[in-house]
Amino acid sequence: MGAQANEQNLVLQVKDLRVHYATPTGDVIACNGVDFQVYRGETLGLVGESGCGKTTAAMAILRLVQPPGRILHGQVLVDGVDMMSLNEGELRQARWRQVALIPQGAMNSLNPVMRIKDQIADGIQTHEGQQPREELKERILELLNMVGLPGRVYNMYPHELSGGMKQRVCIAMAIALHPSLVIADEPTSALDVVVQRVVAQTMLEVKDRLGVSMILIGHDMGLQAQLVDRIAVMYAGNMMEIAPVQDIFEQPLHPYTQLLIDAIPSIKERKPLKVTEGLTHDLRNPPPGCVFHPRCASPRATARCHEEVPVLHEVAPRHYVACHPE
Amino acid sequence: MSFTLKYILQRVGMFFLTVWLGATVIFIIPRLAPGDPVAAMITQLQSQAGRVENSAEMIAAWRARFGLDDPMPIQYLRFLWNSLRFELGYSLRFFPTTVEELIARNMPWTIRLLVVATFVSVLGGNAIGALMGWRHTPKLVQNLLPLALTFSSVPPFMMALGLIYVFAFGLDWFPVSQGIGRGLGTDWQWTWEYVKSAIHHAVLPMLAIFVTGMGGWALGMRGMMITTEGEDYMILAQAKGLRPGRVFWRYGVRNAILPQFTAVALSMGWIVSGQILVEHMFAYPGMGTLLNVGIMNGDYTLIQGVSFILIMATALAVLLVDLIYPLLDPRITYQRS
Amino acid sequence: MAMTTAEGRPAARRAAGISLWDYPWLNPKLLIGATIVVLIILMGFLGRFVWDITLAQAASSPLNLPPFWVQDSIPAGDPAHPLGTDNMGRDMLALIITGLPSSLRVGFIAAGVGMFVGVVLGFTSGFLGGWVDNVIRTVTDAALTIPQLLVLVTLAAYIRPTVTVMALLLAAFAWRGPTRLIRAQALSMRERGYVRMARLSASSTLSIILVEMMPNLLPYLAASLAGNISGNILAATGLELLGLGPTRVPTLGMTIYYSIRASAVLRGMWWWWGFPILALVVIFTSFFLMAIGLDEIANPRLRQLQVKEE
Repeated sequence: MGAQANEQNLVLQVKDLRVHYATPTGDVIACNGVDFQVYRGETLGLVGESGCGKTTAAMAILRLVQPPGRILHGQVLVDGVDMMSLNEGELRQARWRQVALIPQGAMNSLNPVMRIKDQIADGIQTHEGQQPREELKERILELLNMVGLPGRVYNMYPHELSGGMKQRVCIAMAIALHPSLVIADEPTSALDVVVQRVVAQTMLEVKDRLGVSMILIGHDMGLQAQLVDRIAVMYAGNMMEIAPVQDIFEQPLHPYTQLLIDAIPSIKERKPLKVTEGLTHDLRNPPPGCVFHPRCASPRATARCHEEVPVLHEVAPRHYVACHPE
Repeated sequence: MSFTLKYILQRVGMFFLTVWLGATVIFIIPRLAPGDPVAAMITQLQSQAGRVENSAEMIAAWRARFGLDDPMPIQYLRFLWNSLRFELGYSLRFFPTTVEELIARNMPWTIRLLVVATFVSVLGGNAIGALMGWRHTPKLVQNLLPLALTFSSVPPFMMALGLIYVFAFGLDWFPVSQGIGRGLGTDWQWTWEYVKSAIHHAVLPMLAIFVTGMGGWALGMRGMMITTEGEDYMILAQAKGLRPGRVFWRYGVRNAILPQFTAVALSMGWIVSGQILVEHMFAYPGMGTLLNVGIMNGDYTLIQGVSFILIMATALAVLLVDLIYPLLDPRITYQRS
Repeated sequence: MAMTTAEGRPAARRAAGISLWDYPWLNPKLLIGATIVVLIILMGFLGRFVWDITLAQAASSPLNLPPFWVQDSIPAGDPAHPLGTDNMGRDMLALIITGLPSSLRVGFIAAGVGMFVGVVLGFTSGFLGGWVDNVIRTVTDAALTIPQLLVLVTLAAYIRPTVTVMALLLAAFAWRGPTRLIRAQALSMRERGYVRMARLSASSTLSIILVEMMPNLLPYLAASLAGNISGNILAATGLELLGLGPTRVPTLGMTIYYSIRASAVLRGMWWWWGFPILALVVIFTSFFLMAIGLDEIANPRLRQLQVKEE
């Protein structure tokens, strides 16, 4: 599903995004000048370990970063419009219509005192005005059907649904307005394996039917491989590698990417458990040079890695990496 | 049995348990005091015999009516039975008026004052608290709100005293005491003159109650709003681009208010106690004043009767709140089938 | 977008020396409230050395004197009795000096007993669960609904309590709130990771409660205690206001009662009820501050609201 790599086809363009979290002992650098793009119709996988800044980056796109976090700097162009330059009213209009969110904890993302139909409806009616009752009901039922939920969910309350069902309601809500971009923040992480499959399947179908562009955030490389077109790897607030999914698995250029791939358990062969030494550094105090160098076990590492911050650059066609060449 | 039915039965059962517990305590207390309380009552009657003509008949009627020579358990059961039928005995001071009659005269005044003042206090306090806890309340409003709380640590009866001194005695804007103008009597009439006088007399007592009550509710609601704001569904609500007003009400307040209902049920006892004292300060023709009359005159039956009725009223109010709660929180009524 | 350095605000706070995050117990509200309470306690012990407290007895001073700064009335104020006297010749300043610590004492005793019973019942109920929990919870809820004042009034009509007896009567009601609170805490803590670990490692129930759970509960308990003391002082005052308090020793509530009975309001003798009320307001406000301060310590989210972003 190759999308044309030119400006016209860009749904999302993130430029030099910097997000910090204030703590009593110093600012935590959550996003340190992150750049990436999403082209129309494609799915970009955003991977990295917990705390690497992927959720923060996603929230920043919608300007949903909560205090004590704050966006210091950066441009986020959705369909050519910079989200950072919008005022309150414009931002509210752009949210959900241009960019929608499938949140991480669907268990808690639904209002416990509102029926499902009302929660889907208010998103629609806020952006499209009052809708005639019958049409609205039709539309909601159709959305529920699209995500594989039975019609009776329409009248139910969130606590009456299982985890997987709640997640699918969130998917239905997100696609209701046919947004240009859907950000799915670890939609399957909180679910058991069987339900994960169902939800992943649902997302694929929805994506195919509606042709939405998607950012799929996760930390499971194996799952990502089945769902996305390109993968972007983040570590400690920095973008390390971006490449089409095939390329990144066949030829991972960044040592960290390599480690993530090696960590995928395999049914076919017995692999020794590869443990990545060390812990992520204190995010308030990044090491000089490449942020990954303290844990980098690559034979290509040089003294340069300690001094100079590597910049994300194109090494092969559409394959970007932030690592110093030999 | 459906879940809702079970819940309702539980709450009603609780009502009866509370009333029973209160009645038992009221029954036991006089019998714990040193000496024979019945003899004390009779002495009391006899000491007033100078004022009452037929004291001998009174005593005889008393003994006959209330079987004072029966064994204790029988007396207890009879007491419970009578209380439930609202037969609370004769007032010692106002014989042959029964306690029920006195209560019936004063209860409406208490209800009028209590219901209105509590409503304003709870609603107003929670509204202020919700606004205080909401991150997006305009700065101007947020800075004004703590003013509303300055009196929250002052007990209602003190506020009453202060208000009387300043606004009634000092400025003469409001009457110093009573619930209705002189000469108008305590039976409610729907004439403009009567209603106007009643309102005029009610202003200070109501102020005393809700100015002091709002603070507690505001603080509680503020805490709940802050907690609710941190919930995931609030983030999604914002991501959906919903209007701030809708997020505030349907997502914020609607969830934060639920524990406050429980809090209202729990503070009923305290609210009633405060009300009693305020009425006492204003000589308002309600249950508080009636209680005081009982105390001043050593009218034990009146004291007991008033206590019992108030306990029952409090338990009833709690029951009502408990029954309304499921209407607001679907997790109680709708259980996964 | 505004650029700020990575150090930003926290550096400034670090420079100020003490950060509220590192020393949450240094919460200003808590400190102010606690200081006032300590001063009142001191007043109870040392007051007699500063002012002649026998003047709190009836007929010890001239009658109906206004405070010393009121000179244009008959009789006029007298610096020997700075806060005035009542219609029985009791000096107001002496009344306050003896009455204020006395009220505090009642509150401490009642709240102390109440908390103790509450902790025992609450933990038992929350930790053991089952029918024990059901019984305790039901009885507590029923008892909570019954207005305290009514039962106390009914009781006091038959026996006039001394200060200590009154404190104990109040204690008979003071356990209700703490029991509920602690039960709720025990319930939620029971399932926490560290408690389950302790149970798995076969620690005795008592040691689990004391070692694992209590330290985390301390701020909650302290906040509850502050509110409890305040509430009990209020209840005692309410009883006294109806004339049912101790008659032998002067208390603030009874003083107000006498003043009302003598129509002090209508006679313009505001100092008679005004100063006791002021004293009580000071107590209530200080405990109120302590409770809020402790609340902020227990719930860091409330603290965060102060750390507003630009």
